[in-house]
Amino acid sequence: MRRLPMCPRFFALQNSRRFTPVIVCLLFLFSPTILPAQNTPDEQEARLQALEERLRALEAELAALKAAREAPAPTQPPPTPAAPTVVQAPAGAPRGPSGPLPVYGGVTALTKIFNPDIGIVGNFVGAAGRNRVNPRPSLSLQESEVSLQAIVDPFARADFFLAIGEEGIEVEEGYITFPTVPGGFLVKVGKMRAAFGRQNEWHNHSLPWVDRPLVAFNLLGGDLDEPDTGIKDAGLSASRLLPAPGNLFLEATAQIFRGDSGTLFQSSQRSDTAVVGRLRAFQDLTESTNVEVGGSYARGHNDFGTDFVTQLFGFDATVRWKPLRGRPYRSFISRTELTWSRRQEPLGTERAFGYFTSLEYQLARRWFAGGRYDWSERGRNAAEHDSSGSLLLTFWPSEFSAIRGQLRRTRFAEGTTANEFLFQFLFTLGAHGAHPF
Amino acid sequence: MRAERNRRRFWAGAAALAVTLLALSPPSLRAASKLRVVTTIEDLAALTREIAGDRARVEAIARGYQNPHYVQAKPSFILKLNRADLLILVGLQLEIGWLPPLITQSRNPRVQIHAPGYLDVSQHAEILEIPRVQITRAMGDVHPLGNPHYWLDPENGRRIARAILAKLTELRPDDADYFQQRFEDFSRRLSEAEKRWDERMAPYRGRKVVTYHNSWPNFVHRFGLQVVGYVEPKPGIPPTPRHTLALINYMRANNIKLILVEPYFDLKTPRAVARRTGAEVVVLLPSVGGEKEITGYFKLFDYDVDLLRKAFDRTQP
Repeated sequence: MRRLPMCPRFFALQNSRRFTPVIVCLLFLFSPTILPAQNTPDEQEARLQALEERLRALEAELAALKAAREAPAPTQPPPTPAAPTVVQAPAGAPRGPSGPLPVYGGVTALTKIFNPDIGIVGNFVGAAGRNRVNPRPSLSLQESEVSLQAIVDPFARADFFLAIGEEGIEVEEGYITFPTVPGGFLVKVGKMRAAFGRQNEWHNHSLPWVDRPLVAFNLLGGDLDEPDTGIKDAGLSASRLLPAPGNLFLEATAQIFRGDSGTLFQSSQRSDTAVVGRLRAFQDLTESTNVEVGGSYARGHNDFGTDFVTQLFGFDATVRWKPLRGRPYRSFISRTELTWSRRQEPLGTERAFGYFTSLEYQLARRWFAGGRYDWSERGRNAAEHDSSGSLLLTFWPSEFSAIRGQLRRTRFAEGTTANEFLFQFLFTLGAHGAHPF
Repeated sequence: MRAERNRRRFWAGAAALAVTLLALSPPSLRAASKLRVVTTIEDLAALTREIAGDRARVEAIARGYQNPHYVQAKPSFILKLNRADLLILVGLQLEIGWLPPLITQSRNPRVQIHAPGYLDVSQHAEILEIPRVQITRAMGDVHPLGNPHYWLDPENGRRIARAILAKLTELRPDDADYFQQRFEDFSRRLSEAEKRWDERMAPYRGRKVVTYHNSWPNFVHRFGLQVVGYVEPKPGIPPTPRHTLALINYMRANNIKLILVEPYFDLKTPRAVARRTGAEVVVLLPSVGGEKEITGYFKLFDYDVDLLRKAFDRTQP
């Protein structure tokens, strides 16, 4: 009889139970658990971790199943709105996001806690009517904007806005903010929309109109054909509050950019940076009325080369009225922005001016009516000017979606007039962003 | 040549701007002795005043008659936060639409999220309606972390006050005894008042009411009332004709005679419902400062309890 090498002594026993140890030895030999004994401690550790993870995933799944079974079916009388099934948390108990988190791929679900807040805004725009100068497509998902926002560490937060258009994806903005820099500065680094006036900073979906005003194309952008306009570039921004009497809010912002911004600024060499400065003041007149004025300056090199500079000067004023009591669903906002452009060209300086003024009135809890008038010379040829007038109506089914219609009549410098109806559907998924102000 | 001149001009301008900004640097705006406290709503300001007494200057951002979900993020509030030593908030995403940008722009390291001067009192209160099932926005603007109107249970008032006491003691250890003594005094007065409110509300336990928004779970839980319907079909969604009709039928069938409305909602629909059901509309105040005479936490409950008693007596004696 061939001896099993690992248990020689057992075979020396000649009693009635002599086969039991054999079975034990055999079991040991063929049991898969004994195999790792030949592995390195690292591999053991990894295996142990994998098992632990599987156990955790199973536990989470079990908890999810239990919770699903325990949660009573929402049987409520018809007028009662869906108050989600509730439990009481004891006071002082630690509370994370309650309820089972979905488990994908067995990875512990808690890792998702540090994921950024994710939101997506769909911006669907349609147009009807005739426009021979810069026609928009009849129907388009003009932009889908993905926002990713989170606190980076105790010293900074970061925001990314990725704009996915019909032709590709662009980082609309992506910057880190240091809110607690000594000296009272708020510092941002990354790609951002410049603090020139008010509307330049807004994303397309947060505009109070379907389109941007003409001055945004003629003076802040290159020309009417650009789908997106404004000064947005990679750079640094620092802003701080200035001491002021009473409760006057006074803020100064200084920004330096690479110098490439659409067809407005072009940098031919490294030193061709662009700068933007802004000073804004805000004052509450009464509890329900306030006024904000700002002055902006931007300077960068244009497409004629390093020796040619475009300067922009801006003035903006916003008056808001929103009663806090008495008439809960009424509000009014008036906005005006004036922009002057000084563009150096080989044959001299082109001086152009443009402005828009708009009104927005809240008719009911979810209805807003508005109007806008724009007039703007063209930055490359101030002898030509365009003007347009718009009427708007916006309905917000909830905070997370909007339907907007805009009747627009535009007189182009070419001598043609375009009467158009623009309409827009905005819809937001995911994180609850801040309300625009 | 021109490029050189431009560049020189630019750097001169940049230097001038930097110097100006630094020169205008304000002296420390913090008063040496008095703690500056900013709270998001008036109720937290009232509770803070109870504990802090004359050792703090307390201001609230939202007014008591204002919907705390929709506060405009005005730059004047940035100024308030800029000077604050302590920010006290309700949390549970009540202020999510307006507070985060104010904090970021405050340029104040003391009140940044999880800095020593940042106190989210929801961590210390009893929270109702924490969803345990998957929630979606098909349910309306639901609060995924639980109902944020929790200050409307006086027992939570005590818990909030205790959290404020701990924070004030941490920030001003020299005044620890003063704060402690004020808290004990507050707690004693609150116990007395609670006895009074409970006694007054006892005859009305089990009464059914309809409210406009789901702002009252803690209040009705405390005083034994039952909310059986809402004027809003879903949180944050204005009344629809179909829902209003269903509500009218339900109220008629179940003989419900009281509709409670927060001061910041339109009274048109509640009044229309009341006319067709013989019910009464009562503007119940969810916050201190909702009316001029409601200057403190005790007065808020005195007012609401009184209003409810009278309304119940009128409609269902």
